[in-house]
Amino acid sequence: MKGVSRWAGLGALAVFLAVLPQALPNNYYVDIAVLAGFNAIICVGLNLLIGYAGQISLGHAGFFGLGAYCSAVLVTHHGWPPVLALLAGAILVGLIAFAIARPILKLKGHYLAMATLGIGIIISIVINTEAGITGGPDGIAAGPFTLGGFTLQGERDWYWVVAGLLLLTIWLATNLVDSPVGRALRALHGSEVGAEVVGVDTTRYKVMVFVVSAVIASVAGSLFAHYVPQLTPTKADFFKSIELVTMVVFGGMASTFGALVGAAFLTTLPQFLTVFEDYEPIILGGIMMGTMIFMPRGLVPTIAAFIQRRRS
Amino acid sequence: MSMKSWKNLASAAAVALTASFGAAQAAEPIKIGAFLSATGPASFLGDPEKKVLEKYVAEYNKAGGIMGRKIDLILYDDAGAADKASSFVKRLIENDKVDVIVGGSTTGTTMAAVPLVEAAGMPFISLAGAVVIIEPVKKWVFKTPHTDRMAAEKIFSDMKKKGITKYAMISENAGFGKSGHDETLKVQGNYGMTLVADETYAPKDPDVTAQLTKIKNTPGVQAVINWGFGQSPAVVTKNYKQLGISAPLYQSHGVASKDYIKLAGDAAEGVRLPAAGLVVASQLPDSDMQKAVVVKFQKEYQADFKAEASTFAGHAFDGLQMALAAMQRAGGTDKAKVRDEIEKTSGYIGTGGTVHMSATDHMGLNLSAFHMVEIKKGDFALSN
Repeated sequence: MKGVSRWAGLGALAVFLAVLPQALPNNYYVDIAVLAGFNAIICVGLNLLIGYAGQISLGHAGFFGLGAYCSAVLVTHHGWPPVLALLAGAILVGLIAFAIARPILKLKGHYLAMATLGIGIIISIVINTEAGITGGPDGIAAGPFTLGGFTLQGERDWYWVVAGLLLLTIWLATNLVDSPVGRALRALHGSEVGAEVVGVDTTRYKVMVFVVSAVIASVAGSLFAHYVPQLTPTKADFFKSIELVTMVVFGGMASTFGALVGAAFLTTLPQFLTVFEDYEPIILGGIMMGTMIFMPRGLVPTIAAFIQRRRS
Repeated sequence: MSMKSWKNLASAAAVALTASFGAAQAAEPIKIGAFLSATGPASFLGDPEKKVLEKYVAEYNKAGGIMGRKIDLILYDDAGAADKASSFVKRLIENDKVDVIVGGSTTGTTMAAVPLVEAAGMPFISLAGAVVIIEPVKKWVFKTPHTDRMAAEKIFSDMKKKGITKYAMISENAGFGKSGHDETLKVQGNYGMTLVADETYAPKDPDVTAQLTKIKNTPGVQAVINWGFGQSPAVVTKNYKQLGISAPLYQSHGVASKDYIKLAGDAAEGVRLPAAGLVVASQLPDSDMQKAVVVKFQKEYQADFKAEASTFAGHAFDGLQMALAAMQRAGGTDKAKVRDEIEKTSGYIGTGGTVHMSATDHMGLNLSAFHMVEIKKGDFALSN
């Protein structure tokens, strides 16, 4: 039963992504959709860590930025092909995440949050100050993404790539969640001691999911570097990390589609709120507070539970 | 809401839509797009720019618009972030379908917009300082403020008069500050200047005492140049005073605003900088062609906003005037024609000086419009 609903969800999303460009009147909207897609990919990965394993990361923009800057620097300064640069970035981020995961994930609650926060900020400082390599606060242009003579150009081309990658990420995430690993993770979320007692190697699973979510962020970052005309360090800073966590919590923790909805919603909302000009932050804040007060489990799980109750 | 009230709402909306559509058909408005840093760290640039654009567009509309068409100003606040600027420029081009863009308060936000306007063929007048915006010349990109290179040249010629040959530099590590730093190094040879100490800091650093101490302890420093805008030049100025450095301090035109004097307080006394005539409007000699223009602008701005106009307000004014004049000469909003006409702008006397653009010069200002200004008793004083 569970398997069927998973495929149904993925299929529905695929159909939605396929028809969405038809409904978008111009490239500006496609651009917003692409940005939402990038955020959604990171959030689906981050949700594995926050929603399922119950571990917080306030430094995920750091991994995103590290992947992005790896690509940008290797391609512009060293003439690497973008695909190789992307893989190198993913491997580097994976190794860094693996190396820091063990000591860091021993911490709990606020201490874990502080440690991940620290790592994110360190990455951000390095990017900002190593201006000779990264271009400093002015940023760096990674150029277009090329693969064997084919150049990825224009918002619409990018849309299909990001949509494809998003589907792949969601497929991976839902697969992981429904596997024995997923069950172990949820056990870990419920009670770490309990999970250990029944023989779950909690540390191993925590490290694994931390690395997976960091690598997903890195791959999204590498592609993002080629998508934007100029990559700036603001994409790797503390506020971006907070934004990502907010998207996950807003959409609904422990819900892959929740992370997706949260990312899409919070990427597009500020664009529509620009008509309110100076009141934009107040309205955005109001919506956030309202959701957190009335739907503490997040948007998607609350609505899903509501529909279920109506049916029965 | 009941079914009936929904229906009412829908029909009201339909009426409103058709009404606005009818009006639009009568005379399609001219659409001017703007992206400014009206909030955030560069707000002292973007805020007056926003005020000026809104004020003068409203005045044009009150007088019936231009060429019988109203002007529609579509303005976004990028908060000084390059990525936001790039997203808003896409929006202006793709969604709002504006006829011309006037904006880009900082060098960073402007440079984020450049590839987009170039690809789309959109005439764009930037309000930012660095020379990289117009060098190499970009087909669709123009700018109104003086360049950082001109500021460096002006400062050097002033130093030369005072017999200074060895100077130190402290600059922001990004955008305008970095560009100014690089341009200064390029032109120092022409004036026989030698750089003896070179320090940098981040735009948001709350204290630069360490860097200034190094400069203080470097032998032979006769003057110091600071490149930056916003809070940071005020921080440098304050620390400079606290350390009791006696060499004269030069700032760039990036601080030509009363806000800088307010932030730096007494420490700003005696600081020298190159600036457009606007900040010393009433002190200009009557023979100066610019005087009438800047005095009038200064008066209008003060009447509306109860504050003295900074040169940044003037940049927006000049940008708007040049864009509208070009449209009038082009007889419409055809982008290629408007671009050609902006390039042909010649003899326009604005707040920045007299503008003579050409195919190789998309700014059209020379050093004559730049005045050396010294801060005396909390105000700008002409000191050529």
